[in-house]
Amino acid sequence: MSENVYIIGAGIHPFGRTEGRSGREQGVFAVREAMADAGLEWKDIECAYGGSSAAGSADIMVNELGLTSLPFTNVANGCATGGSALVSAQLAIASGMYDLALATGFDKHPRGAFNAKPSDYGLPEWYGQTGMMLTTQFFAMKIQRYMQLHGISRTTLGRVAEKAFRNGTKTPHAWRRSPIDLETIMNAQMINDPLTKYMFCSPSEGGVALILASEKKMRELGADGVKISKVAVKTRPPDSFEVFQAGVSVNEGGKPTMLASQAAFEGAGIGPEDIDVAQLQDTESGAEIMHMAENGFCKDGEQEEWLANGWSEHDGKLPINTDGGCLACGEPVGASGLRQVYENVEQLRGRAGERQVAGRDGNGPKTGYSHVYGAPGVSAVAILERLGN
Amino acid sequence: MNALAPIDPQLWSSGDQPHLMGGKLASGEIVFPMPQGDAANDVEPYKLSRTGTLWSWTSQGFLPKEPYEGRGSGENEGPPDFEPFLIGYVELPGEVIVESRIVDATLEDLELGMAMEFCIVPFNNTHSTYAFRPQKLAEKAA
Repeated sequence: MSENVYIIGAGIHPFGRTEGRSGREQGVFAVREAMADAGLEWKDIECAYGGSSAAGSADIMVNELGLTSLPFTNVANGCATGGSALVSAQLAIASGMYDLALATGFDKHPRGAFNAKPSDYGLPEWYGQTGMMLTTQFFAMKIQRYMQLHGISRTTLGRVAEKAFRNGTKTPHAWRRSPIDLETIMNAQMINDPLTKYMFCSPSEGGVALILASEKKMRELGADGVKISKVAVKTRPPDSFEVFQAGVSVNEGGKPTMLASQAAFEGAGIGPEDIDVAQLQDTESGAEIMHMAENGFCKDGEQEEWLANGWSEHDGKLPINTDGGCLACGEPVGASGLRQVYENVEQLRGRAGERQVAGRDGNGPKTGYSHVYGAPGVSAVAILERLGN
Repeated sequence: MNALAPIDPQLWSSGDQPHLMGGKLASGEIVFPMPQGDAANDVEPYKLSRTGTLWSWTSQGFLPKEPYEGRGSGENEGPPDFEPFLIGYVELPGEVIVESRIVDATLEDLELGMAMEFCIVPFNNTHSTYAFRPQKLAEKAA
């Protein structure tokens, strides 16, 4: 159980809206891109893990990809679907059972905010009937309190969105590819105070595929691989504050993101100061701000200075959400977490084009960090490292 | 007397001074709402405090999708009929932090830690729901 595992192929179907192509077809597109990237054919893939939240089962992909009889496990884990597929594929190889595995995720959501049934979350009907069953309210109330406690301004929220759209202009797989200025963002329709229309991501469509290999297989293929140092998935601890909670404990509890982050850093044997590029869950502007601190990259309140000084821009000390994140790419739930990993793989291999970050020695980033968070309080963190060169 | 039926008959106690109903776990922890079904075993119904402090808040600026039953959700209604509202979390000291509508206030009035008071308000044509309002305003109105 100690095999090193590498990502040797990465593929993506552009995020956004693609009329006439199902979510699963977008997933198949991404798988083919990943195989071409790795120089492999479908018959080479030994096992697969994948899923979507709203676009059906992943194992049906074999109809298009080929009936090779490989074991294909459907993953259905909400916002952590991609992270869970990645962990499963990693374990399949680390165990020594397989040398090549696929992790994939795709989705296609209806327009507008996600709507959820109270009973699916163990909540009484009145919670939905009276208008509380909205994830956007949770994010707004979490950042509202955080801003009051830690002195974060509305302008800083606006700057996060401005950065996202600017990064999106440099990203072929992004949905929003036009810049939006700070004033427009700040004066846009208020959705849930303090968050305006442009500070929220929207449900969208897209697909991502990653091909994982053992070290032996990577060398045999002569592939350009990025090492998975650690993937950690954590559900919520006691007394935490999460999406869809009618009652919250008066005791301040832990956070799933902090647990996943700590476990990932511990497993990788490095700390936040060693990370060269990071993709953090930015369901809305406030989430990126709070997740900067929850993942250990700054202290509470320091984000004000970070955003004002551009420290999380492409040329800053820690570039964050280099492809525009969820704000510019939208959030196809099953694919979103793997998009973050895809972006880090491209950055670490020096293939990120216009949005390529330089890294601390100018030779490209050596370490990449990705973090996803979602209902009902689950977080996944993946740390990647480029070895050698 | 309120002619509107409570949105859920178990949600608050009856009488002139209604209380939101929580539950007291065997461990002593207070939870909201009162658990249902098997989860209610060993949980005592608990009348929550009528006063607390504002923990966080936001506005709801767009018509929620199903199962929302407020104005704008009816058969011949739509987004133009929707009335934006405020919601928040109110900390009931030593008990639990509850999510609630906020009434008799604008966004500008709200401050972290301000005193809030429980009340029952009309929700739609058939039902009432619970809310909290700033305590000072409530006193002035009384």
